[in-house]
Amino acid sequence: MTGRLLAIFIAAATVVLIAAGTLWPVPSAVAMAGSGSSLMSSSSSPQAAVEDLAGEIGRQDWTKAYAGLANKNEFTESEFVRDLTGTYPSLRTYATLDSSDLRPLHASADEAQIQLKLRWSTVVGTFLDTRTLQVVRSDDRWAVSWPIVKEPRVPPQVIPVNYLRWDVIYRGPADDWGAQDVEAPHVRIVDMHPVDRSDGVVIMGELLNEDVVPAFVTVKATLLAKDGSAIASEDSFDKISHVLLPKQVTPFLIAFHDLALSQVDSVHMDPSATLIAASADPVIEIEDQRLNAAPGASFTGKLINQSGQVVNVAHVLGTFYDKNGQLVWVADQFIDRALLPQTPVSFAMAIPADIAGKVSSERAIAATYSSGRPQ
Amino acid sequence: MKRRFSFSMVGLLVGGLLLAAMPVALAQSGSLRLPKTVEAGSAFSIESTGSGEAVLYIVGPGQVLKRKIRLGEATFFAPGDLHNAGHYLAVIVADSSTQNGAFDVTAHEPAALSFLAKPSRVAVDLRDGISGVVYVFDTFQNLVLAPTQVSFQLSGAAGAEQTRTVLSRNGVAWTKMNSAAKEGSGQFAAQVGSVTAERVIQQVPGDPCGLRISARPSGQRLTVQTDPVRDCSGNLVPDGTVVTFTETYNGGESTVDAPLKQGVARADLPAYSGVTISVATGVVLGNEIHWGKQ
Repeated sequence: MTGRLLAIFIAAATVVLIAAGTLWPVPSAVAMAGSGSSLMSSSSSPQAAVEDLAGEIGRQDWTKAYAGLANKNEFTESEFVRDLTGTYPSLRTYATLDSSDLRPLHASADEAQIQLKLRWSTVVGTFLDTRTLQVVRSDDRWAVSWPIVKEPRVPPQVIPVNYLRWDVIYRGPADDWGAQDVEAPHVRIVDMHPVDRSDGVVIMGELLNEDVVPAFVTVKATLLAKDGSAIASEDSFDKISHVLLPKQVTPFLIAFHDLALSQVDSVHMDPSATLIAASADPVIEIEDQRLNAAPGASFTGKLINQSGQVVNVAHVLGTFYDKNGQLVWVADQFIDRALLPQTPVSFAMAIPADIAGKVSSERAIAATYSSGRPQ
Repeated sequence: MKRRFSFSMVGLLVGGLLLAAMPVALAQSGSLRLPKTVEAGSAFSIESTGSGEAVLYIVGPGQVLKRKIRLGEATFFAPGDLHNAGHYLAVIVADSSTQNGAFDVTAHEPAALSFLAKPSRVAVDLRDGISGVVYVFDTFQNLVLAPTQVSFQLSGAAGAEQTRTVLSRNGVAWTKMNSAAKEGSGQFAAQVGSVTAERVIQQVPGDPCGLRISARPSGQRLTVQTDPVRDCSGNLVPDGTVVTFTETYNGGESTVDAPLKQGVARADLPAYSGVTISVATGVVLGNEIHWGKQ
């Protein structure tokens, strides 16, 4: 008897939950379902219109997203797509929409303003694309007016570049024992600080390529206990510029989560360098670098590609020093849009609130990747 | 040095036979006439006493020979029959007796050099900055243990020639050389008799010295350029070396990492009034210039 009651109860609860999920689905479920927006009568409110648009962008249903816009006459569908995915291959091109948030800023009977945050996933982490949308009422439905960002066009021209690169001939398999190979580049850690943070231990420092050839570098750190045993070992992964030209300096940051500095007796640093074929171009100018004070402390600036080739992915690393010139923090940001020649692209990287007050000066470097050319 | 795995199993079998026969062999060792030393690859002979037929085994490092012989006659070995240097045992096994003895095979004349020169790229004007190690081998890749005169020579377009002569010990000779004051490729040679081995040592400029920049307006921007960048010995620092230009103004900053091209680095920076422009490469700082109103 009890078992039968339980079965009836579970069946009824299942029906209720299915109905609730169909009528009021969560946005992520709608996005995953693909055609979820059509189940709900969309655009019945400014929020619903923006949610629908975010869902269509997430599903890369560009035609439907474009068709529902209020300001279609201002740009073409391909311009809309290029705004979201980039004209040239970049992180945006291969990104997928992870999630979206909206925040109503203002609303009236016929018009509303909503901030839409699109969080995109890429191989190097997520980036945020924030747009302030005007939503307008037309008859009984609301439509989004998309604030198009048109990528600047570089006029056709020839930019002469005195091209410089290094090629390497390595030792061959037929060479005798004792025949020398090309020497690995000489690199040196010029600065290193372990720091205790709330979420673990952070090892920061700077690495110099003191050689006359380019190097592919990595830095590995091993935390040692008092008895000499290794507690943990990590490498700098993407918090470093891996390709160092002669006399170039990169910061690095290695994070050890869930560890305290009190557990550590010493740190073993292991920088490694491999000779690689590399190019000295493109040259990137980092303009208008500014430290913005707390709250919301950040380091901002603009990247300008001074060369003639398109940079598909740029990575900015910021090194922050206190008034004594001691390294206090390393931050980084990947640029989601391609860098076109002579075209500024802004960057902004956050500085932790407890660090921001100590920062007195900074140094920025940019690492780049261009498809089709050796780095 | 040479490995002959095909003989290893035979070696083990014969080794066992030798151990079994050892007491008898020791007792009769005086009856076998052997050379004390044989040069690797040379012809030699072994004489025995007695009469009748027997089998001669010669067992050494990585090599075993087996011959049917007549006791009382000399057994000849052709040049090249024994080519691995080391200590050898000779055992004659007849129906009723065993004779044995030992001899050494020594390396032949030096015929090959393994030359390790480090580093292959070195900064100029560095005392004892280049090391060379030579292993002396004969034709059969035996390490020549006899003391041998090895001559090291570092020459090239850059700087005066340096020569050192070293006597090898246990087959190895080594030396250290200074890098030249001028950049360029150096030929580092090791020579034993007519046998030579050569390596190329790239002698490259050191850290920049006296880094200086100048600026000139270029439209709405400033073009900043270094003087030709040289090290403290006057060598031009190689192209591709990164020079960092930093422009500071009203709490803002612009930086450009520009590589040297044809000896100079150049960058375009915003032309703000009252800016300070500085330059650095690696850990070396250059001069500062101030532009516009202060």
